Amino acid sequence: MTTSGIDREWRRYTRGERLARFALYFGIVAACVVSLRTVQVIPEFLYDAPEQVADLLKRMWPIEWAFYRRGVHDALIETLHIATLGTILAILMAIPLGVLAARNIVPFAAVNYFAKLLLVSSRSVNSLVWALLFVAIFGPGALAGTMAIAFRSIGFVGKLFGEALEETRPGPIEALRAAGAPALSIFLKGYWPQVVPAFWAIALFRWDISVRESAVLGLVGAGGIGMAIDTAMNLFQWERVALMLAAIFAVVVIAELAVTYIRKRII
Amino acid sequence: MRDAPQQSAGAALQIRGLSKEYRRGVPVLHDVDLDVASSGITAIIGPSGTGKSTLIRCINRLVEPTTGAILFRGVDLTRLRRRDLRAARRRIGMVFQEYNLVERLTVMENVMCGRLGYISSFKAWLRRYPRSEIENAFDLLEMVGLTEHANRRADALSGGQRQRVGIARAVMQEPELLLADEPTSSLDPKTSVEIMELMVEIGQRRQIPVIVNIHNVPLARRFATDVVGMSGGRIVYRGPPDGLTDDQLKQIYGGENWLE
Amino acid sequence: MIDAVRPAVFAPNWPARLAWLGLFAYAIYAASILDFTWDRFVTGLGQGARFVARMFPPDTDPEKMRLMARGLYESLEIAVIASVLGIVLSLPIGLLAARNLMPAWLTWPIRLFIALCRSFHQVIIAIVFVKAVGFGALAGILALTVASIGFVAKLFAEAIEEISLKQVEAVRATGAPFMSVVMFGVMPQVLTRFVGFATYQFDSNLRNSTMVGIVGAGGIGGTMFAAFQKFDYDYLLTILLAIIAVIMLSEALQNWIKKLYQ
Repeated sequence: MTTSGIDREWRRYTRGERLARFALYFGIVAACVVSLRTVQVIPEFLYDAPEQVADLLKRMWPIEWAFYRRGVHDALIETLHIATLGTILAILMAIPLGVLAARNIVPFAAVNYFAKLLLVSSRSVNSLVWALLFVAIFGPGALAGTMAIAFRSIGFVGKLFGEALEETRPGPIEALRAAGAPALSIFLKGYWPQVVPAFWAIALFRWDISVRESAVLGLVGAGGIGMAIDTAMNLFQWERVALMLAAIFAVVVIAELAVTYIRKRII
Repeated sequence: MRDAPQQSAGAALQIRGLSKEYRRGVPVLHDVDLDVASSGITAIIGPSGTGKSTLIRCINRLVEPTTGAILFRGVDLTRLRRRDLRAARRRIGMVFQEYNLVERLTVMENVMCGRLGYISSFKAWLRRYPRSEIENAFDLLEMVGLTEHANRRADALSGGQRQRVGIARAVMQEPELLLADEPTSSLDPKTSVEIMELMVEIGQRRQIPVIVNIHNVPLARRFATDVVGMSGGRIVYRGPPDGLTDDQLKQIYGGENWLE
Repeated sequence: MIDAVRPAVFAPNWPARLAWLGLFAYAIYAASILDFTWDRFVTGLGQGARFVARMFPPDTDPEKMRLMARGLYESLEIAVIASVLGIVLSLPIGLLAARNLMPAWLTWPIRLFIALCRSFHQVIIAIVFVKAVGFGALAGILALTVASIGFVAKLFAEAIEEISLKQVEAVRATGAPFMSVVMFGVMPQVLTRFVGFATYQFDSNLRNSTMVGIVGAGGIGGTMFAAFQKFDYDYLLTILLAIIAVIMLSEALQNWIKKLYQ
């Protein structure tokens, strides 16, 4: 056996891969250059920007803490309700969709595809846009906001849940089938116990994001603190705006701490 | 006690003309005919890829046969549709090489999974099993020596302990036939013997046939009442374990190096 | 034969049951606080049906399509620039925030900065920038860059904190300068994950760039909001469908990139 035919050069990637990588880098740089050249940015504004930002920040100080009781607290609580209720609704609707999208549970490609399509559409439309739609349907207020959060979250929860289901070990499922268990029992005792940790992680993660998103829905009239921010900004009451931003920041931090704590307890 | 295989008239399981092709034109099982007596341990031996696992999975239709009939207590299993198939499956217990327990559930929960073919999903979800069944489960756990582990999570147990839970789960079905697909392949030699002894005991106590896939020939010789040797998707030996000569083993497995 | 003591099984898990009950009770409570009445819901469904009917069929007027294409293109530009800028900035910032490589007096303020970038919704940041630098794409770019840093730098720092320091030690022991240590000791371990974050952030920026226009920060969001306010619902549907299509394409692209870097 001769060794003359063996290529002795050390290459990390095959030629095809290198070409593809190069194409990628090139594509990114090209996209960047093209964008920079055609984007309509007025240079004066760009140079002005740091000064403007500084001016804005100055106007936000001192923060008008006193306004909290009157104008901020209720709106903040409403925001939390929107986020939580919206997430709960989303989970209820996302579980069946996630099951339908899982190839190992529902082996019909058309159904999987359709479910995944619904999930992608839900994710692709921004929560703010959902809020606009629901304000048009239900009128301004928290109902629109909750539905917006719910519909936006379905895609997120459903996709991750479906993926968790697809990653379950097939062995225990086979055993339950062999024992003659009906389909629902196989799901409850075979699939569900395997995905419970992932399920809670997904739910908490989504709740955390929803809290952030709920805060801004009010900007289009869908309830919560966003509406207060909108009013204050239109009246140029920047100290109040600063107060609301600080309140949102505090709530987000508390939410993250709560999520970390709950995760440690139940996962 | 090693009896000769029973006549067809008393056979619990009759396989006729069973073939399986995973890919068209590439059969894994060729027209297999097999009668299994209504008591005793039948060991199926043969090299990997020869269709042992496919054969055993065709019996409870975890794998769908391409052609052929499988008569179990007079009923052709290959013709059954959903609910009847489930009813048939719950009378056939199966033990797996990788134990196939639900890791996050407790030992007791896993054993009670053997009753899932008998109770509604709703009751199963609420864990409202009849008291008598729970007592049975405890009796089984006692028999396999795991009573104090009843509330431990399955993934906290050793391999041998997990396989015992798997066996308890299968027996919980009150099966009329016990299948085992390489039940000892993931276990150390001492535990393997214990598991085989357990299955022999169950077969004798419940008077049910046990069919075991096994690639460890000495184990098969020691515990089986009946040996089926497979090669290339066909049965090439059928008879008692002492009738298994070295020549026949060579024919089944090919090559000489592995014989002691 | 001694009977082993039989433990009690399937004991009701009271903490879990209480938690579920609490969750259920909360849902009812919240619904009532938010004034969810059945009639509102039903009227809403009727309204919704009418709304959806007005959206079909989608408007394909060529002039409007051109307007939409320009808007989409601007959103794409915003997404690309913000992503590249944000990712490039996240590399050093994330590195400086890694507690296993950097001293505490450096990591704490940097981590605080990153947390600030993350806490606020992109829209809020966009509004602030619009007030600061005026309407248009610049505000959008700056807003999404800040948001990108908040996400990518944080995950990057966490990924660095999870690496095996032994490899870093080995490179350091060869006497290599700091940047080389980073390049050959740290980066190889975190590169795949970093690419994952980067592609995720680009996708996120693409979605958000379509939206910051609603508050005036450029891109198709502005066109969409205008259509909405003019009750031009069939045009709105066209825009929505176009956005969904763009995002699906971007997802496909993401998967391709991930496969490339595995």
